[in-house]
Amino acid sequence: MARTAEKTNLTDARIAALSIPGRGWSVPAREDAVNRLRAMGLPDRRDEYWKYTRPDTLTQVTPEPAAVFENDEAPLFDGIDRVKIVFVDGVFDAEASDDLSLEGVRIERLAEANSDLHWARDLYGTLETNGQTPVARPLAALNTAFATDGMLIHVTGAASKPISIVYRHESTTSDVILHHLIKLDAGAELTVLENGPAAARFNKVMEVEVGDGASFHHVRAQGRDHERRAATHVFARLGAESTFKSFTLTVNGVMTRNDCVIELTGDDASAHVAGACVGDGAFHHDDTVFVTHDAVNCESRQVFKKVLRNGATGVFQGKILVKAGAQKTDGYQISQSLLLDEDSQFLAKPELEIYADDVACSHGSTSGAIDEDALFYLRSRGVPLAEATDMLTLSFLAEAVEEIEAETLRDEINTRMAAWLGRRRG
Amino acid sequence: MMTLDIVKEQDNVKDGVDQDTVDAVREVGGKYKHGWSTDIEMDYAPKGLSPDIVRLISEKNEEPQWMTDWRLEAYDRWLTKTEPTWAMVDYPEIDFQDQFYYARPKSMAEKPKSLDDVDPKLLETYKKLGIPLKEQMILAGVEGAEDAPAEGRKVAVDAVFDSVSVGTTFQAELKKAGVIFCSISEAIREHPELVKKYLGSVVPVSDNFYATLNSAVFSDGSFVYVPPGVRCPMELSTYFRINAENTGQFERTLIIADKGSYVSYLEGCTAPQRDESQLHAAVVEIIIEEDAEVKYSTVQNWYPGDENGKGGIYNFVTKRADCRGDRAKVMWTQVETGSAVTWKYPSCILRGDDSQGEFYSIAIANNMQQADTGTKMIHLGKRTKSRIVSKGISAGKAQNTYRGLVSMHPKAKESRNYTQCDSLLIGDKCGAHTVPYIEVKNNSSRVEHEATTSKVDDDQMFYCRSRGMDEEEAVALVVNGFCKDVLQALPMEFAMEAQALVAISLEGSVG
Repeated sequence: MARTAEKTNLTDARIAALSIPGRGWSVPAREDAVNRLRAMGLPDRRDEYWKYTRPDTLTQVTPEPAAVFENDEAPLFDGIDRVKIVFVDGVFDAEASDDLSLEGVRIERLAEANSDLHWARDLYGTLETNGQTPVARPLAALNTAFATDGMLIHVTGAASKPISIVYRHESTTSDVILHHLIKLDAGAELTVLENGPAAARFNKVMEVEVGDGASFHHVRAQGRDHERRAATHVFARLGAESTFKSFTLTVNGVMTRNDCVIELTGDDASAHVAGACVGDGAFHHDDTVFVTHDAVNCESRQVFKKVLRNGATGVFQGKILVKAGAQKTDGYQISQSLLLDEDSQFLAKPELEIYADDVACSHGSTSGAIDEDALFYLRSRGVPLAEATDMLTLSFLAEAVEEIEAETLRDEINTRMAAWLGRRRG
Repeated sequence: MMTLDIVKEQDNVKDGVDQDTVDAVREVGGKYKHGWSTDIEMDYAPKGLSPDIVRLISEKNEEPQWMTDWRLEAYDRWLTKTEPTWAMVDYPEIDFQDQFYYARPKSMAEKPKSLDDVDPKLLETYKKLGIPLKEQMILAGVEGAEDAPAEGRKVAVDAVFDSVSVGTTFQAELKKAGVIFCSISEAIREHPELVKKYLGSVVPVSDNFYATLNSAVFSDGSFVYVPPGVRCPMELSTYFRINAENTGQFERTLIIADKGSYVSYLEGCTAPQRDESQLHAAVVEIIIEEDAEVKYSTVQNWYPGDENGKGGIYNFVTKRADCRGDRAKVMWTQVETGSAVTWKYPSCILRGDDSQGEFYSIAIANNMQQADTGTKMIHLGKRTKSRIVSKGISAGKAQNTYRGLVSMHPKAKESRNYTQCDSLLIGDKCGAHTVPYIEVKNNSSRVEHEATTSKVDDDQMFYCRSRGMDEEEAVALVVNGFCKDVLQALPMEFAMEAQALVAISLEGSVG
């Protein structure tokens, strides 16, 4: 399709408004990313993977302002023994953060890692670049080029506690670009927790290299601020016999686009991506997941559940791509929405693209209201309507939440969802 | 195992091998069954596309001015359009100026007053095609053939030989019921009020690149009108054939089922073997009024090209049914085994309340074939229902894609969709893809989509082999089982043909 002048103008204007921060090892990768971005252009509605989500507020030069939400809940993950790293509107807060030392893990900041021989040099932007084909992800290239900070985490052993990144949002106009790089050596283990609204507009990339036999867990909760906007990308490459598990809870937010791009490159690897989102009113949430099987005997699971009400919109675009030779692949994908009223909508594009024959791949997608029979059953047992609805809603979300391995984390997430249901905004 | 080519080339066959088997294998082995062409003098329009060609086609069909204008407008629109590239098909660029847009058998230059005037070679063509007809006799022009008792079920055939409808049978009986079944060119002349009202009302002139092209240059096709309350007394059928080299075939079919009527329409196709790729861009429009029902079944068996992807038909088809009235019902059934490239999405617009759309599809792609096919179910009316059952089979180096849309509009309360897409892979060089779009904009509707991809089950194969079947027979049986849900939706006449086709299409895919 011929590229429009508007696209070129928009892209040029956005690039002109930003500058590559700092000097040193990351500059060549950042310059490459600028070129990539110019070549593909920022997304617009005519792009296939932006069919259901309007990208304009994510691409425009100046972000829409977003009021800071007064969160009355206790901060998430507070009771968990962890290494806490705090960013306030994208700026690292040393005082609020813990000491960045953890056995078997080297934790640094992108903005401060200046040594030219830094390990991150060979990884920064590489997984993002791989993830640009076959589908362009221009906002990720923008991130690689212009990220102001982020964490560089190199894991050599089994981390004794999770690393928890907390994003605070205090300025109504903040426009934040962060880029995290995580490298797990063979056999290493790490859990990363993320939570908070981060900014009025947040563009985040996380590149994760999972070495042979390594295991990576990721649990994320995107903040409750109603007016925040976010475009996030996770790019992961999995070595042989490695494990990758990622779960995201999204509550509120006027615009959220979460891309997850996973490549299974070593035999017998396993990747699970799950998401639960509960949206209310002016809420647009888009999960775009791309899992590529490029090795033998790998397993992948995508489980996405969306509860929507008061005109909220949920989008799921998922793909299982099995390359030629990736035999014995077991691929599963489910995307479901529960529409709590007449005004909400669910738009899905669950895809399979398969070039190997000895595979078992399946996907399912459903959409509908709460099951009247189940509701009737609960009410006939004396459960009040509101409570019965909540019970059924939580049980609908359970399949996604169960993808979280640690019970304490699972409980925290369940509590948040129950609280959301209880609030019944508007 | 022994490949078919070896069997074919060996004149001395082992003892104990039945001569019939040898003959049968020789007949089908690696070769396309309908790969021959009849030598008939053709009347060509010059190559290429221009307003003059459009006028010429219109003139040759003796069309009124409004039709010529309609075509010319479509031509102008076409010039502004670009070929779609989103389908997962890959083929060399088509030079639209290097095609013939009009060709018809010479013997038709003067319209035959009776079928006696029909070129005997044409009739020979139908015979080779195996058209299951007493219609053979009628097409041959036998006086009083209409009155002769037909064996078994009646099928009326509007046979399209390249671009012109050469004979329409069972006219009298259909006329008695009030059903109009004729070529579209005849309908334009004889029933302009119906054509004016409905043509382009389901597939607008500028709907898509190929539909627009078709609107400008369609040479012929079928027209069906079933009046209110009439149950069409027989199955209507059209056999399409592409015979002339380098001729694009652009049929236009218009079916109107008025209130409370019923019609079942069969479309079957074969094409002779050609080395140069041939272009086909058809448009089918179906209008279904209140309480009416239309069944549209297709067996598409055009020349798929050889094992190396040389030749074969490019098939870009726009088919759409509009359930205008309440309780209208449409059922698309298709068996797609032919063509080098298939681009086809028979769709249902469920406008009337309680209307229903069904889509049953078997798509088989072998060797270098590429198929990108599926359906659209647009739910607009309340309590509308749709069901999609798609079975894709890929073998050789073929690529097979299911692409579909299920859309529930905010006003389509309490609607229901069920989609089942299964893909079967035979061999590790082929691809099977599923690209469904699901858009749900109200909560009282339920949408369910399921898809699976797997290979031919080893246990089933082992069972068949242990019962003495060879590998190809076993695959054919397993695949036929896999397709069962769709085969059952076909009318009897087609079900048998389709079952045989499934087996023939997969020849050479194993071993």
